[in-house]
Amino acid sequence: MAVLDSKVPSGPLADKWTKHKNEIDLVNPANKRNIDIIVVGTGLAGGSAAATLAELGYNVKTFCYQDSPRRAHSIAAQGGVNAAKNYQGDGDSVYRLFYDTIKGGDYRSREGNVYRLAEVSTNIIDQCVAQGVPFAREYGGLLDNRSFGGVLVSRTFYAKGQTGQQLLLGAYAAMNRQIQRGKIKSYTRHEMLDLVLVDGKARGIIARNLVTGEIERHGAHAVVLATGGYGNLFFLSTYCMGANVMAAWKAHKKGAFFANPCFTQIHPTCIPVSGDHQSKLTLMSESLRNDGRIWVPKKLEDAQAIREGRLKPTELAEEDRDYYLERRYPAFGNLVPRDVASRAAKERCDAGYGVNKTGEAVYLDFSAAIMRYGREKALTSGMKNPDDATVRKLGEEIVEAKYGNLFQMYEKIVDQNPYKTPMMIYPAVHYTMGGLWVDYNLMTTIPGCYAAGEANFSDHGANRLGASALMQGLADGYFVLPYTIGDYLSDDIRTGPITTDSPEFDEAERNVTDRIQKLMSANGIHSVDHYHKRLGKIMWNKCGMARNAKDLKEAIGEIAELRKDFWENVKVPGSADAKNQELEKAGRVADFLELGELFAMDALHRNESCGGHFREEYQTEEGEALRDDEHFKYAAAWEYRGDPSKSELHKEDLVYENIELKTRSYK
Amino acid sequence: MKIYLKIWRQKNANSKGNMVDYTLEGVEEDMSFLEMLDVLNEELISKGEEPVEFDHDCREGICGTCSLMINGRPHGPESRITVCQLHMRSFNDGDTIVIEPWRAKAFPVIKDLIVDRTAFDRIQQAGGYISVNTSGRPVDANAIPIEKEMADNSFAAATCIGCGACVAACKNASAMLFTAAKVSQFALLPQGQVEAADRVQNMVHQMDLEGFGNCTNTGACEVECPKGISLENIARMNREFLSATVKG
Amino acid sequence: MSGLIKSSLARKYVMALSGLFLVIFLVLHVTINLASVISPDFFNEASHFMGYNPLVQFIMQPVLIAGVIVHFVMGFVLETQNKKARGSVGYTSYKGSANASWVSRNMIYSGLVVLAFLGLHFYDFWIHEMTYKYVEFNDQDPTRYYAETVEKFAPFWRTILYVISFVLLSLHLWHGFASSFQSMGVNNKYTPGIKKFAKAFAVVVPLAFAFIALYHHLNPITH
Repeated sequence: MAVLDSKVPSGPLADKWTKHKNEIDLVNPANKRNIDIIVVGTGLAGGSAAATLAELGYNVKTFCYQDSPRRAHSIAAQGGVNAAKNYQGDGDSVYRLFYDTIKGGDYRSREGNVYRLAEVSTNIIDQCVAQGVPFAREYGGLLDNRSFGGVLVSRTFYAKGQTGQQLLLGAYAAMNRQIQRGKIKSYTRHEMLDLVLVDGKARGIIARNLVTGEIERHGAHAVVLATGGYGNLFFLSTYCMGANVMAAWKAHKKGAFFANPCFTQIHPTCIPVSGDHQSKLTLMSESLRNDGRIWVPKKLEDAQAIREGRLKPTELAEEDRDYYLERRYPAFGNLVPRDVASRAAKERCDAGYGVNKTGEAVYLDFSAAIMRYGREKALTSGMKNPDDATVRKLGEEIVEAKYGNLFQMYEKIVDQNPYKTPMMIYPAVHYTMGGLWVDYNLMTTIPGCYAAGEANFSDHGANRLGASALMQGLADGYFVLPYTIGDYLSDDIRTGPITTDSPEFDEAERNVTDRIQKLMSANGIHSVDHYHKRLGKIMWNKCGMARNAKDLKEAIGEIAELRKDFWENVKVPGSADAKNQELEKAGRVADFLELGELFAMDALHRNESCGGHFREEYQTEEGEALRDDEHFKYAAAWEYRGDPSKSELHKEDLVYENIELKTRSYK
Repeated sequence: MKIYLKIWRQKNANSKGNMVDYTLEGVEEDMSFLEMLDVLNEELISKGEEPVEFDHDCREGICGTCSLMINGRPHGPESRITVCQLHMRSFNDGDTIVIEPWRAKAFPVIKDLIVDRTAFDRIQQAGGYISVNTSGRPVDANAIPIEKEMADNSFAAATCIGCGACVAACKNASAMLFTAAKVSQFALLPQGQVEAADRVQNMVHQMDLEGFGNCTNTGACEVECPKGISLENIARMNREFLSATVKG
Repeated sequence: MSGLIKSSLARKYVMALSGLFLVIFLVLHVTINLASVISPDFFNEASHFMGYNPLVQFIMQPVLIAGVIVHFVMGFVLETQNKKARGSVGYTSYKGSANASWVSRNMIYSGLVVLAFLGLHFYDFWIHEMTYKYVEFNDQDPTRYYAETVEKFAPFWRTILYVISFVLLSLHLWHGFASSFQSMGVNNKYTPGIKKFAKAFAVVVPLAFAFIALYHHLNPITH
């Protein structure tokens, strides 16, 4: 496929990035002052990219729909950020992080990109500490680490249960410094509604001021999309309510290929759904799996008794519990990767062992950890024969110190005390590995349009390891994109300012206003949420944790039909020239209704199981994923052709020169 | 549950608003407060009325977007949470709930329950950062050990989510806790020392320009802060500012 | 330094320092007054010293008056600014009691009552003294103070007004004394101790004043 050139530099893996940086074109400082860059999205990737680009001398405009850049959903990441620092001396290295990430992604990511990610990961920690990010420390004053699912070393840096917030505030602070210097102009409560191409190059955007409803034109020499993932497609997810695919989807419709849309991560430790009113799901950090043991009852009748409230989980004897992850995966036990843990939970619940009212929950039990920590503490405090109550009390204190905020959050939502009775958890949509196809420079198939962070497809293959999203967002934003973009912009030093007074901008603005008009005038009978919920149900039931050809085909038809219904019968109250949350939502759901179809098509075409994509037809006898490297060792990049159903598939073959493809095993 | 709502409705920044009464039936205990408002809005839309606009995003208590004054208290009756973490089990059948936007001159209303909090951004822009180039090559992260207690205190100050509950709760609409939290985060770290004097002066100056009130140490901010940011941070800022100014 | 004068924090420092200064004055005042209960002679001596020592009269007294004025004016400025900071529309429902004590929220009212009391107090004692010394040019009389003081508390209404004012003074100090340390940036391991001391002070000193007033009311000089 000549159309997809990954531009991964040649040469040994470890030298690629250095070599590339040495060889690409740069823009000299004086010329950078004449170049404008738009960054859409101000999360970890967008915020850090904007700050670095401005610092290098470019004129940056940032856009976010939130009221402040600081509120982007990167803020919600709890667990931590990986880096191959090997501070613990447990044998970690750049290569091992690279290897773990490739393997964790089930061999569906690009070697060159992932190696670079592992390589710059160490810079992230140095950078963030210099910026004043208050990472957790040990008593000796040095940085502390913890371990995460799918790996055998401790390389995760963290700031209690809110690493994402602390890292984002670091990027936001770096942005603020540039805003104060006048190098960044920050547009908040603004939403990008279209990408503008001039002579085939990305030259600006059309944005809506969400407060006044005004449609604005903004020109630039390059546009960076750092707009996150599209998991809200499922309606219920751990995403923030406003997360959407609009910017990426508009770019897609203008020529950016969308890669691997069906690669979605379903996070295993979320709080289960409580009822129809549910608007979002709450995730609890995967770090809980370090100490919690996951189980369901061994006997169906016990599960039923628990569901009906006749039996309490604490009353169930040890031998009547099925610690299914420890049973199936003795080597990694409760710390298997997210996709494996999620699917195993679904498997047990589908078999009838679910433990809450809806039958869609498993237990995450801390009692063993509480007693273990308690005994240890009792011994180190010099108690000879402590009774169980004392041990339990000491243990609870230690567990509280480690996970107190998560336990408190759980109790607030579920109204049960997780120190006394096991937590209930169930998987929920959490991250999308798929996204805009980008080359090694993070440029999409539209010249001058870049994608960073979760918005691109690049580094996680078919499944992302815990604590790697923050790593990728910051790697892209601080250390990759600001340099690779120079290679493209070096041709633009004589272009001069990009005027928005052009036929291309006129047309883009007209399209945007027409679409808004169409949404406002449908004047139908159902609210936007009504459609969003219906789409979510189709996605969860037919394109969720386990997929099959029959369901996927049905989903494709149902989504297309729902989309038609939406445009005829949606009801958007209020007016377009004022703050209007329903209009904002309508625009986003309209895009999801298109993406959903492509998502299902992608899942249908990929006749294999890998990572987050599990096709029931392709599994081993033990129910493990069955990958097909012969036919599907590629990134599926879809080109828009007027309608999602007409999308054309392009394949980027994934070349593994340094790693031998293996069946992923965590047994 | 059946509940009675009194909600502030205001078309835009320039129009006058007023309290409007709504009755909502079928409210469930497991609903979050915002989900209850979702249900109300669905009803309003089906009746052809404009839904109540309110700020919200992550719905898990960390983004700091949600900002409602509920029965006279920011984020409602429970402590240490944001509105999105408040559940209807905190209320009883037949309760009347008054919902208003944050009230402060520096936080003008945009629509209904949404206020403009960009004043907070401007305070941060005035100095809430360490001037280190992201594109530079900083020293190794472990080159400067930081006493765990200092690091933990710095973290505790850094947990501020910028929601504005401190301003909303304060009888003076003062933004001291917000500003002090950022000043403290950096004042407690060796990396933050170099610019400490300028930082505190510039941030306080911007805070004053925005029109927030003066601190009279009532402590309401600390009680209502969803992240439990301590008044110690305000004292630290007072100290930092005094020494910065005296030293000139 | 110019930033210091305009800043909201500077206003806090001024409030705190003037407040602390007045607290120190209260200590002196209550000590001398207590003497009136224990030893009328010592009370007369001390009062005479305070009344005719040039350092006290021409340096400390103006400083004290300035302190009162600064504290009052600044308090009033703060209150006006703070009222304005809420904006043009206030809350329909505001549960101040849920997160802050009544005294901390109503310093302006306790302060105004104390100020009004100061008016009465000045009228009772200070104006009298000034008239005695500088208008009527009476001779020095080191023995007159005790009798004059006791006489003042003969009317029931005055005694009651004094006692009520002392209650409000107590409330004002209850928040204000410890608060001034916070304003000056003192919040550390000694803070719980400082708070306890400040609250004890807020009770004991006004109680002593009230006791003195009541004592003299109940024990008039019989001629």
